[in-house]
Amino acid sequence: MIKLEVHDLFLSFGGIEALKDISFSVNNKEIFSIIGPNGAGKSSLLNCINGLYHPQKGKIIFKQTDITNWPADKIAKLGIGRTFQNLELFKGMSVLDNLMLGRHNHLKYGIMPSIVWIGRASKEEITSRVKVEKIIDLLEIQSVRKKTVGTLPYGLQKRVELGRALAVDPEIMLLDEPMAGMNEEEREDMARFILDINEEMDKTIILIEHDMSVVMDISDRIMALDFGEKIADGTPEQIQNNSDVLNAYIGGKEKGQVA
Amino acid sequence: MAIKCGIFKTSYRSDMAMWQTKNSRFWMALFFIGLIVFPFFVSKYFLYMANIIAIGVIAAVGLNILTGFAGQISLGHGAFIGVGAYFAGYLTSQFNINFIPAFIAGGLVTAVVGMFFGLPSLRLKGFYLAIATMAAQFILAFVFIHLRSVTGGSQGMIVSPPEIAGFSFDSDFRYYFLSIGTAIVMTLAAKNLIRGKFGRAFMAIRDNYIAAKTMGVNIFLYKIIAFGISSFYAGIAGALWAHYIQIITPEHFTFSVSIEYLAIIIIGGLGSLLGTVFGTIFIMVLPEFLRFINGIVSLHYPMLVNMFDAIREGSFGLAIIGFLIFEPDGLAARWKTIKNYWKLWPYSY
Repeated sequence: MIKLEVHDLFLSFGGIEALKDISFSVNNKEIFSIIGPNGAGKSSLLNCINGLYHPQKGKIIFKQTDITNWPADKIAKLGIGRTFQNLELFKGMSVLDNLMLGRHNHLKYGIMPSIVWIGRASKEEITSRVKVEKIIDLLEIQSVRKKTVGTLPYGLQKRVELGRALAVDPEIMLLDEPMAGMNEEEREDMARFILDINEEMDKTIILIEHDMSVVMDISDRIMALDFGEKIADGTPEQIQNNSDVLNAYIGGKEKGQVA
Repeated sequence: MAIKCGIFKTSYRSDMAMWQTKNSRFWMALFFIGLIVFPFFVSKYFLYMANIIAIGVIAAVGLNILTGFAGQISLGHGAFIGVGAYFAGYLTSQFNINFIPAFIAGGLVTAVVGMFFGLPSLRLKGFYLAIATMAAQFILAFVFIHLRSVTGGSQGMIVSPPEIAGFSFDSDFRYYFLSIGTAIVMTLAAKNLIRGKFGRAFMAIRDNYIAAKTMGVNIFLYKIIAFGISSFYAGIAGALWAHYIQIITPEHFTFSVSIEYLAIIIIGGLGSLLGTVFGTIFIMVLPEFLRFINGIVSLHYPMLVNMFDAIREGSFGLAIIGFLIFEPDGLAARWKTIKNYWKLWPYSY
């Protein structure tokens, strides 16, 4: 079953074409990885999907709804969560508050119940807290839940960011280089978390990652981008043997170049 | 005797409690009792100070919600206080409306005005927004002076003390219960607001608005809500203040009032309600303290009497600079440090 469809997505900044007519689809509950050299347009693509960038042409369809050019908060509400390449956490807030913020759209109470607190607001807060605690358990960050996020080491901050995206309880999670800058052990932990989230919580995952061993190990399907163009998609084996992908990464003949 | 080695909670409800330990609940109860007993034992002068501080706390809490929590600088808070004062005063003096609905209406109208002047926050941030809200200050100040039919212009508007069921809050002593009661209720309301969904959304916008947006927070809506709540507090404070002083004139809502409130929340601690209370007390008491010192010193140096105003403004500036350098997180952070020290005393290390 197809979860997300992207048709002929085109995005340019002035004269720079960041994405040129990208089309792909992501199936339900799969781990779909996007690879490509720096500047290939991977993050721009995620930014289009969750509404931070607005593409000039093309269509993004999620849950039978055309979400192209929707504002980011509406897309989040519909069920797309996101982590960032460079941490975008709420640095002055505690880990718990960061995750609880992820539950924002699940808390329905208004200003008056919030002021009164006893009753509806505290009841909803506790329901959300229970959900958030489950995520804290899953990501093994119990010991830091009351700490201010800005004071935590990088690896833990990455984990908190994953947790926050998870707290949104989205159907699709866009993970932008969740393992960048991590050591071997942290990368293994993160890979395990991603697999857990995918298998136990039934989340569809779109992953950008430079670590090829991880990508090849955990992905169901992979798409390769280069200079804003899609050069291949398929299973890890297909991608590994694709000559365009090899050219993009290792160098070789340019497209159309005469030998 | 059992030595306490930590606070262990067994339910989420107790983990979210406003006062987490028996100890803090005890001190808060004592504090509230103290507030009730206080007016029976002090002179009129202290009652006046307490009233001014209580009203100041309400306005400052409002500004801290907007600036400290939601991260939107406002230089129009002084004028918003004025809107509440004039509107509530107009209702009570012209239409003889009871003060409770009049105050609430004053707060609501100020909220609407605040939300309107908050609209530029959709596009503007930081200094640019500060300048835009400064426009609110000057536009409203202009209206206060020139809309004579309503505000009475520079001669002002005379209002009578609030009255309910024949009981009139016409003395410092009686007004104390109205002002301190409102201040407590509104501070607790702010605390509840801050620890819930709204407070988190405000802080998220302050810390990282892009991430807040991707987590599903409607940035614009919540900025406007922050402006609305903040102005509501300013409006209520203005209404209370007007009916306490009983004459409303434009010079009470000038630009310097806006700056003073910013100073309060900076000195108290941005994003801290407790700090707001400390900051208000500090700023309100500072001039009185200086007056006291001046009174002693001027016995020997009589020329200082004439310079009092300049000294006051100067020390005001010095206090702000001092805080920015030595305690940028304000009195709230200092309080925390002291509390943590005493918590483990005498084994502080």
